[in-house]
Amino acid sequence: MSSDSHRPQAGSQQAGPHPAGSHHLEAHHEAAGDPSRRECAHDQRLRLSVLQLLHENSRRSPETIADMLGVPHEVVARLIRQLEEEKVILRYSAVINWDKVDANRVTAVIDVRVTPQREFGFDAIAERIYRFPEVRSVSLVSGTYDLQVVVEGRNLKQVAQFVSEKLSTIEHVTATTTHFLLKTYKADGVIFDDQEGDQRLVVTP
Amino acid sequence: MSKLERLSPVVRGLPPSGIRRFFDLASQMKDVISLGVGEPDFVTPWRVREAAVYALERGFTSYTSNYGLPALREAIAEYLEGFDLHYDPAHEILVTLGGSESIDLALRTLVCPGDEVLIPEPTYVSYRPCAILAGATPVAVPTTVEDEFRLAPDRLRAAITPRTKALVLCYPNNPTGAILTEEDVQAIARIVMEHDLFVVSDEIYAELTYGRRHVSIAAVPGMKERTIVINGMSKAFAMTGWRIGYCAAPRDLIEEMVKIHQYTIMCAPSMGQVAAVEALRHGQADKDRMVEKYDQRRRLIVKGLNDIGLRCHEPRGAFYAFPDIRSTGLSSEEFAERLLAYGVAVVPGNVFGAAGEGFVRCSYATSAEQIERALERMARFVQAVRPV
Ligand SMILES: Cc1ncc(COP(=O)(O)O)c(C=O)c1O
Repeated sequence: MSSDSHRPQAGSQQAGPHPAGSHHLEAHHEAAGDPSRRECAHDQRLRLSVLQLLHENSRRSPETIADMLGVPHEVVARLIRQLEEEKVILRYSAVINWDKVDANRVTAVIDVRVTPQREFGFDAIAERIYRFPEVRSVSLVSGTYDLQVVVEGRNLKQVAQFVSEKLSTIEHVTATTTHFLLKTYKADGVIFDDQEGDQRLVVTP
Repeated sequence: MSKLERLSPVVRGLPPSGIRRFFDLASQMKDVISLGVGEPDFVTPWRVREAAVYALERGFTSYTSNYGLPALREAIAEYLEGFDLHYDPAHEILVTLGGSESIDLALRTLVCPGDEVLIPEPTYVSYRPCAILAGATPVAVPTTVEDEFRLAPDRLRAAITPRTKALVLCYPNNPTGAILTEEDVQAIARIVMEHDLFVVSDEIYAELTYGRRHVSIAAVPGMKERTIVINGMSKAFAMTGWRIGYCAAPRDLIEEMVKIHQYTIMCAPSMGQVAAVEALRHGQADKDRMVEKYDQRRRLIVKGLNDIGLRCHEPRGAFYAFPDIRSTGLSSEEFAERLLAYGVAVVPGNVFGAAGEGFVRCSYATSAEQIERALERMARFVQAVRPV
């Protein structure tokens, strides 16, 4: 499938009569001058809007998302398929407060310092680390350390063992600092124990 | 003479708010999804709350100038420039207890006993009682769904008499979501100037428009001198509880209004004013984020209402959809009351004036998920009541 296969749809959308409330997307591409550039900007905005809405709630249907953005259902369905194929969307998952279900479960953020390898830089070492299933995430970071590794385990001992036996013994790893997470207040934009309910009266003028 | 009989006949003559009765009904129900709320579902942006907390910590707790904090009036003046409105922060802006107080001040200042005040309806519920309290006679000017509830120039013209003193404009409109086009505003301004009327322009929803920018009538040449612009923090910045609004008008009008304000209110809350400065100076991104959300929900609810057979014009401003419910054969009140049993609260349109009969107001200041759930319930209700 070509990467711009949904464009004709989005284009004809512009030409034809607008469904209720498609202005938001319209208003924006009036800014750029030439039509193909405008269309590109429109596509890009649509992609970002769709991703944003899925990121907020991945159970939203393509139909709901299309209605919210004022574009035809097929356009969004196709766009989502394409984003999945391009591995922009990698997985749909839930944000879970594990503290509430499993008190023993531990997460540690580990700062790892490494000597980069000729030719491969940090990538090869990062790979050796992220292949372990207990590793939740690995990022190259600026600052005193090189890699930030997040590890999850069933209990403290398991994580400690992983660090001492696996992580610090990897060739080129020169130092590690382990921070156990004690309490999560907010993750992925979600406040876990939000006290701010809806305080409004049911009916107001 | 009974105690009640000795009270002010003007006050006793005011009808109680139609919303109140409905509020009592809705409050008794459990598991109601409310589309009846006339305020943002967002909490005030944290940066604004944080600024107020900081102000409190520094002991910012005294009266301010009657007009409001100079820093706030400057921020307001700059902000209004964005709507092509030019006001001198030192003399032409007055900070009030929400837009609500400005409505009261404006009408009390403009009208003399016996004057008529034109109020296009359906509209927000405060203008009529405030006009009555000021000693004026409110005159409803109906707007219709055929005009997408914009004020039609010939209807305005037809309502003018020698006693007409002022016209109240509420655009973007609560409850219809109508906004005025540049041409509408020009045409209305011409008639207003021709008949030498004042305008009270409540622009509290000015930021909440979708696709088109709000056009203020005060920006039309010749109109500033006869217009009191009302705006506030409540809707655009999700700050309803702070009670900060303002009006902008020529100096001579502000000087009269400030007298009432000075004797009845003194000044708007000081912490709220500090918070408002923060919102106006640095709250744009938060506001834009909220407007984007409203817009998405707006599309969702308008499409959903039309899909279940409640014809709904496109609301271009505020956060209300105003569907036509006449196809159900029910009155607005019957519709709203019976829908409560299905777990959804909406506000009957007649609360906003006789011209609102046959419609209900559905606020989309609630999450997309709630809107979808409400629409499912409404679909079941419409199915059940629709005449065969
Ligand atoms: C049109 C209109 N004007 C004014 C107000 C009052 O707002 P506030 O006093 O909070 O500024 C409202 C509130 O619902 C409104 O809808």
